[in-house]
Amino acid sequence: MSGPNIAIIDYGAGNLRSVTKALESLGAKPLVTSDPKELEAADALILPGQGACDSAMVALEAHELTGYVQKTIASGKPFFGVCLGLQLLFDSTEEGNADCLGIIHGRVRRFPEGLKVPHMGWNTVELQNPEHPVFAEIPQGSHFYFVHSFYADPDSSDVVAATTEYGLNFCSAIAQGNLVATQFHPEKSGPTGLRLYANFLRMVGSLA
Amino acid sequence: MLTKRIIPCLDVDAGRVVKGVSFVDLKDAGDPAELASFYDHEGADELVFLDITASSDKRGIMEEVVKKVSENLFIPLTVGGGLSSIDDIHRMLDAGTDKVSLNTAAVHDWSLVAAASNRFGAQCIVVAVDARSVPENAPIANTGGTFTLDPESRWEVYTHGGRKATGIDAVKWCRHMAGVGAGEILLTSMDADGHKYGYDLELTSAVSEAVSIPVIASGGAGSPEHLLHVLEEGKADAALAASIFHFGTYSIAEVKDYLADHGVPIRPIQES
Repeated sequence: MSGPNIAIIDYGAGNLRSVTKALESLGAKPLVTSDPKELEAADALILPGQGACDSAMVALEAHELTGYVQKTIASGKPFFGVCLGLQLLFDSTEEGNADCLGIIHGRVRRFPEGLKVPHMGWNTVELQNPEHPVFAEIPQGSHFYFVHSFYADPDSSDVVAATTEYGLNFCSAIAQGNLVATQFHPEKSGPTGLRLYANFLRMVGSLA
Repeated sequence: MLTKRIIPCLDVDAGRVVKGVSFVDLKDAGDPAELASFYDHEGADELVFLDITASSDKRGIMEEVVKKVSENLFIPLTVGGGLSSIDDIHRMLDAGTDKVSLNTAAVHDWSLVAAASNRFGAQCIVVAVDARSVPENAPIANTGGTFTLDPESRWEVYTHGGRKATGIDAVKWCRHMAGVGAGEILLTSMDADGHKYGYDLELTSAVSEAVSIPVIASGGAGSPEHLLHVLEEGKADAALAASIFHFGTYSIAEVKDYLADHGVPIRPIQES
């Protein structure tokens, strides 16, 4: 059996193993690579990430991937950003000075004072776009695992696919065409998280 | 709404779980991977593995354990015990753990916490703190150190599994750890640990109020009521427990049902 050909973008962002394992458990054979030729050959790309925006942008630049990611998303190739991989899609961040990828307009902001940060643990996700194929069979208000200190604040509510409450109501998933990104970690969110990845694989399969 | 986390903790000695689940029919009750799966299906929100291997030449085994466990575990895993360098942490994260917990090594040299946090991100650095109450009227001089004991100190940090006193004030220490880059505090009361009379609520709330990072309470769980108290009065963000789960005194579902009935936000079992 051959599932869709998925590439996980390796730009030195640390632990890619859990995303890889999650996709493997669904029958996919993801390739972890930073080679543009291999990325080009894939049916879909996943941009994972942890840590700080600035160093991630530096690492993407160092691997000469910034322009590639922008171009690929514009071309309509299915793309999934996870956690920092969601934040990097925005214009800019309060976390540092680096410009981010500028694919989604808006800014990544610090949580208000008085909250425990990181926002860590299982929180509910309110689907704003429940008809989106990536949310198939995912109940409204499902719990997903979060760990992050900043949140994305898009200029347009059109891209907001889901929201979550932590001190304020923030954008916990975005969807725009074939681009999907989640602030939470599907690979750490048990069966519900795996279902979301399975839905993405199905999206990719039906497009390929 | 952010839920409170329920976290079983498993002790691993030379690759085998000791004091593992004893009440269900598992093929191998000492197999970390099998137990991890068991607790995942039971509804655990995260898992902690504590490596208690005494001999240093068997330490490498834990890496293999983590590799095997993470193959099929899709909830967060924390590994602690004996990690003392950036290299140790790197190897454990590479093996597939999501977080590492640092204890004695952090006390020995707190710059390790800062360095690890810078390198791997605060989200994966848990600082484990073992605290014991300072006897009343203990003669303590105020040295003016940033986190040393003073006459007002109520809890002292211990290392080496609670055997060695450090002269460090537990609350000040936790604040310091949060300041240098810890993502979370795993706080164990050595007074309460093993007694099943309940968590140390005063210690837990003192630390939870002193830091702006999540606090996992540990030590003393004997009933669901104890978890309720530490998550409410103790202001803990998560509760860790070992024997009540391992010996089947209560299942995770029973604990979660009890907490939900008392208004604590939890992740429902049916989603796990």
